[in-house]
Amino acid sequence: MTSKFLFALVLVVAAPFVGGLITGIDRKITARLQSRFGPPILQPFYDVLKLLGKDRMVVNLWQALCPVVYLVSSALCVFLFGLQHDLLLIFFVLTVGSVFLVMGAMAAPSPYSQIGAQRELLQMLAYEPLLILVFVSFSMVTGSFKIADVYAYGKPLLPQLPLMFIVLGYVLTIKLRKSPFDISACHHAHQEIVRGVLTEYSGPGLALIEIAHWFDVVLVLGLCSLFWSTSWLGVAILLACTYFLELVIDNITARMTWRWMLKNALGVGLALSVLNIVWQSFNN
Amino acid sequence: MSLTDWINKGRLKSPWVVHFDCGSCNGCDIEVLACLTPLYDIERFGILNIGNPKHADVLVVTGTVNHRNKTVLKNIYDQMPGPKAVIAIGACGLSGGVFREAYNVVGGVDKVIPVDVYVPGCPAKPESIIDGVVKALEVVKAKLGLA
Repeated sequence: MTSKFLFALVLVVAAPFVGGLITGIDRKITARLQSRFGPPILQPFYDVLKLLGKDRMVVNLWQALCPVVYLVSSALCVFLFGLQHDLLLIFFVLTVGSVFLVMGAMAAPSPYSQIGAQRELLQMLAYEPLLILVFVSFSMVTGSFKIADVYAYGKPLLPQLPLMFIVLGYVLTIKLRKSPFDISACHHAHQEIVRGVLTEYSGPGLALIEIAHWFDVVLVLGLCSLFWSTSWLGVAILLACTYFLELVIDNITARMTWRWMLKNALGVGLALSVLNIVWQSFNN
Repeated sequence: MSLTDWINKGRLKSPWVVHFDCGSCNGCDIEVLACLTPLYDIERFGILNIGNPKHADVLVVTGTVNHRNKTVLKNIYDQMPGPKAVIAIGACGLSGGVFREAYNVVGGVDKVIPVDVYVPGCPAKPESIIDGVVKALEVVKAKLGLA
């Protein structure tokens, strides 16, 4: 138990560095895919350090509070993951964080911020049912919602839940704010409506949101790694392939409308989940 | 290194730029946007073209200032959290250019807000715009007491 606690603590300290590094590599590879040279790999850290040093400009108290809650909840999710705790608990903590991000955006009367908040809610509406279904499929195979039981299961989950991995890919794309689902706040420095939910945040608040995003990246990749939990090499291969595929999808697709996102993510995601869960229950 | 040193390092390596067109002929604006293309790729210096003054560190202004848009310019400048720098681009941004004696023109950008770097040209070349941002970083460095 103590060793698990220590591991979770180390994970929470290391997660922002790992997440920032992944974001930096992401920006570099994206630039190369667009035949640009790209920023240094440490660029996300420079950005966040600079934002931390900017003057505080907050519209009201809610806007100052919300990034802090978002960061704490994202860090707590990674901590619970390190403890190999309950997947459902992680889901609820993750939701609370996202809701606070939306509330902070809604606290300012700017139209861009308001519409960005609405679009963020639509994104949550698209990925949350899918995430729950992924967790349900885990529990159907391993018999419990605990991450510890996924590790205790002894076999990789990927051969039994191949379609659920694609469903988790949808969640990953939405959560990483990548095209075609980057409708509330793009990962890249785009403008106006596609930076919607971040419009009114600035300086240190924006820095906290960026750090929270790094925690989210680590958490979602951690959830992906559960599909091949038996070997470190398997995890490394799976995550590298998945992330590279995300980058390619981000670069070859255009941003779609929120209606298309709801139809496509929910429609295809639910269909794949039902197929996989029915097939899985016949298999047993 | 203390935290302040780290933050100052970040400030010099990540200037996010917001671009305001104060009524130029679009010549300078095209050159500003050309900086984003793979040929010039300003992102390799950490420079991003951000569409939001609240996220930006550097205000890039092109075109003549007139009585209509001087309040808009001032408003955008005030919305940027410090430390910040202003770059005026092109003959019009510097002095009003060929329009300087028109009845509706106030003059250069520095008539309304303090300007740190002047980038001349009609239009200014992308190379000189990138040089302007680098020079603005030196100004920021001096303001922070690092130079």
